[in-house]
Order: sequence, then C-alpha cells, then structure tokens
Amino acid sequence: MSTAKLELQNVSKAFDDKQVLRDVDLAVDHHEVVCLIGSSGSGKSTMLKCINLLVPIDSGAILLDGADIAAPGVNANQVREEMGIVFQAFNLFPHMTVLDNITLSPRKVHGVKRRVAEETARELLAGFGLSDKVDEYPDRLSGGEQQRVAVIRALATEPDLMLFDEVTSALDPELVAEVLNVIRALKDDGMTMVIATHEMGFARDVADQVCFLDEGRILEHGPPGQIFSSPSEARTQQFLQRIIDAGRL
Amino acid sequence: MEEQTPIEEVGGGPSLFGPPRAPRRREEGARAALIAFASSVLFIVVALWAILSSDAWPAVQRQFFNWSNFVEVFPDVLSGFWLDIRMFVVAEIIILILSLVIAMIRSLRGPAFFPLRALAVIFIDLIRGIPVILLILLLGFGIPALQLPGVPTGALFWGLTALIISYSAYTAEVYRAGIESVHESQRMSARSLGLTQGQALWHVIVPQAIRNVIPALLNGLVSLQKDVALVLVLGIREAVREADIYAAKTFNYTGYIAAALLFLLISVPVARFADWYTNRDRRRKQSVST
Ligand SMILES: Nc1ncnc2c1ncn2[C@@H]1O[C@H](COP(=O)(O)OP(=O)(O)OP(=O)(O)O)[C@@H](O)[C@H]1O
Ligand SMILES: [Mg+2]
Repeated sequence: MSTAKLELQNVSKAFDDKQVLRDVDLAVDHHEVVCLIGSSGSGKSTMLKCINLLVPIDSGAILLDGADIAAPGVNANQVREEMGIVFQAFNLFPHMTVLDNITLSPRKVHGVKRRVAEETARELLAGFGLSDKVDEYPDRLSGGEQQRVAVIRALATEPDLMLFDEVTSALDPELVAEVLNVIRALKDDGMTMVIATHEMGFARDVADQVCFLDEGRILEHGPPGQIFSSPSEARTQQFLQRIIDAGRL
Repeated sequence: MEEQTPIEEVGGGPSLFGPPRAPRRREEGARAALIAFASSVLFIVVALWAILSSDAWPAVQRQFFNWSNFVEVFPDVLSGFWLDIRMFVVAEIIILILSLVIAMIRSLRGPAFFPLRALAVIFIDLIRGIPVILLILLLGFGIPALQLPGVPTGALFWGLTALIISYSAYTAEVYRAGIESVHESQRMSARSLGLTQGQALWHVIVPQAIRNVIPALLNGLVSLQKDVALVLVLGIREAVREADIYAAKTFNYTGYIAAALLFLLISVPVARFADWYTNRDRRRKQSVST
C-alpha cells in the first residue's frame, strides 16, 4: 500500500466559539494538485495554516508521508522545512533585498553557506525570468513579481509539498497570469500542491482534484470535470452559479 | 489614504476664506519668509524690552545672569556636565539593548514561554509604576547600606542602574508597540520558512519594528539626557549638583543657568533631529502609499 503524500483525518478547528473546520478528511497523493474552492470564510486559509502547523488543530490527525505531524512533541520547524507556503500578500520581508529574502531560510535554518545559497537563488530567479530583480527591495517590484519571488523563496529550501493561499487575489488582473504560470510550471515538475483559489478557470485547468469547502466541511470533492460540470450538492451548484454570474468562470 | 494638507503649505497665506489658492509663486514664498522674520524680530525686541525695563530685572540679573559668577562657576558645572554625558551614553546603550531583549521576551508566543513572558510583564508593570527618583534613592542608598559582600557600593553605579532599569521598562514598551505594528503575515511567513520564533523576531520582525519606533526612541533619548541629572540626590557631582553646591555657598543661582545652557546645547539639536526625522519618515510613507 502506498501512503499519500498528505492526509488529513477528521481535522477540526475552532477559533473561540466559532467552528472553522469540521471533521475534514483529505488525501493528497504524490505529485497531485488539489484545489480548494469555497466562499469567503469557508475555512480554506485555516486549513492551509493547519497543514503548515501555523495554527494548531483541536482534534484529528495530519499525516505527512504517513507520519502524524499534528501529534504532540513534533518539531514544527522540521516539518515546515519540508513544505512551502505562499500567502495572499505581505509575504516578502520589506527590509531585505530579493536575494536576502530567498537566502534567509537556507542560510539560517539549513546552514547553507552564503555563497552557495546565493548561487542557488540566482539560478531559481533566472529560471523564473527575474534575474534583473536580484538586488531590488520588494517595494520596487510589481505585485506579480513579489508573488513570484515569494514562490521562489518557498522553493529555495526544496520542499516537496507546496501550499498556496489565494496567491493571486490581491493582484491586478493583468498580473495574475504570470503567477499562475509559475504554479503550472511546478505542476509540470511534479510538485505536490494544495491551492486555495478563487480562480475557477485555473482550478479547472490545473487541478487533479477539486474540494468544495462549505462552513468548514469538505462538502464535495472530485476531478474538476465532475465538480464544475455536474456538482451533486446544491450548495456547490449555488456557489458555482454565483461565480458564473460574476463572470469568473 | 485620507487627504492631508502638506505641512509646508500651512504658513503660506490665507486660504480660509478665499477660493482655493493657486500654486504658490516664488515671490510669494520670499514674502512669507520676510514676514515671518520681521515679526519674529519684532516679538523678540518687545519681549526683551519688557523684561529688561521691568523693576525686577536688576535683581534677576544679579541672581541668575551674573557674568563674574558665571565665570567662577562654569568650570565646575562643565566638568559635572561631562559626567552627565558619560552617564547618559553608557545608560542609553545598555537601555537600548536591555529593553529590546525584554520586549522580545514579552513577544514570545506559546505556553512554554509563559513564565518568561510573565516575568517580563511583571518587571515592566512594577518598574513603570515607581517614580524614577524613588528608584534611584532606593537602589542608591538602600543597596550600599546592606553591605552585601561582593556587591558594588558606589552611588554612581546604583544611580545609573536605577536609571537603566527604569528607562528599560519604558523603552521595552516602545519596542513592543513596534513589534506589534508589524503585519502578522510577516511572522507567519518567517515561521513557515522554518525559522524559530527567536529567528523570526530577530531577522524579520525586530528590524521592521525598530524602523517604526525610531521617533519614539529618540524622544526617550532626549528625556534620559536630562534625567541623568536626577542622580544628584545621591550626592553625585554632576552639573546640577555642582550648580547647587555653588548656590548654597554664594546664594547666587547663575550656576543653574549655566547648567541649563549646557543641557539645552545637547537636547535642542536632538529634539530638532527627532522632529526632522519623524517628518521625513511620515512624508516618505505617504509618498509610498499614494
Ligand atoms: N486567527 C483567527 N481568529 C479568529 N477567527 C479566525 C481566525 N482566522 C480565521 N478566523 C475565522 O475563521 C473563518 C474561516 O477563515 P478562513 O480565513 O480560513 O476563510 P477562507 O475560506 O480562507 O476565506 P477567504 O476566501 O475570505 O480567504 C472565518 O470566519 C474567520 O473569521
Ligand atoms: Mg483565505
């Protein structure tokens, strides 16, 4: 039996009195791309933060390569080294150049020599067409460039699981594609990814599996063809209808 | 961003009742400067005349502004002031470091750090609740009186320690405000990259926090520069104490004026610099956000 790359079992989370995740079960296979969709407040961000151990869960288990990373006594920093996460905004450290942003973790966490870390960073930047931004500060980059650098920074520690939390929703429309293309390239490289997104066209295009979250529950999941064309739940249909009405699908 | 009137335009001319002003022309700016200068000179002349011609002035001059007394007392006051400056520099350096450590401890999260956090909070609350002068008396007279073996007994040492402790509590709160002003995503991003809490604070949060609170730190600096004189209650012969001794001997207060002038010599430029820096900082932030 092959274990999934990532598996959530009965994960629940409440903030104060508010139940944000309810018995979430999810299995992500190696090299699989899972998109999380659902209305605002349905718990997508919280789920990603729980996977990254940035938010502690109340009950359930999170298995990474078969080992429960939510169990007490697990070294969260070690777990985080194996995955990368990119948020909607404010990812980059404004007081550091692009190069320093990218090399901070390799150098301070992984003990890589500065010269080596910088070489790797430059190669990554070149690979994503950002060579000329090496020494810029984040506020001199466009929003799309900032997000691409944030992705590169997360990749610099060579994670094999990437989490994306609406990385394009703070961007001007014309900048969205350049960031999504980076994610597509990662998929082609076989990266395992969990992506919370409002970009339905992108989800349909890139996902192997789409999960519809509703009030902290995974109400429905399956291949994009099935979820987008013939959703079985009324709530999913309503959600998609609203998206279609808004002209976003 | 809300609309704000740039500071420079406020003094430029009346716009309260007229239609919106056209962009200010050069002659207009020159005229405004001339008016400001002329009215300042006029004000100073009138004020000086009022003071100098008053009946009390001869007595005031004799007691406070007496040149021969000034010449007599100045060397002692100056050497006392040199001690003030050295105390200030030593204390400020230690305060800036110590308070940052306290603020960082206070910002640690998670139940494991509760005892440390609690200690920091108790320290800050206790110290901030005690007048500086009381702390100076308490440590400066109290601890040497205990005659504990191996513990320094110098008044200077304990006076400075009291100042450092007191100011560190205040400054720690300044730093903490700065730390809290940094967006939560920054902490999350840093942690997600595998940095420990300490690393995240040190490499990511604190550099941004310090930049945000430099104006407040400068204000604290101005205030400490004056408050070092408080150690005079322990008999330490700094500038004010020297002036005090002279006044007790001669019943002439020119020494106080001499000390005041020396303090002003340092604190006015620093205050101007703090203002200039704060304004520049604000303007830069505005230009970034628009
Ligand atoms: N730190 C927190 N403390 C309290 N409540 C929180 C916290 N974080 C999130 N919540 C609440 O949890 C719910 C789910 O939030 P979450 O950010 O996961 O939703 P989301 O699906 O990502 O929404 P969006 O599409 O708007 O990003 C919301 O109601 C939110 O108010
Ligand atoms: Mg969200």
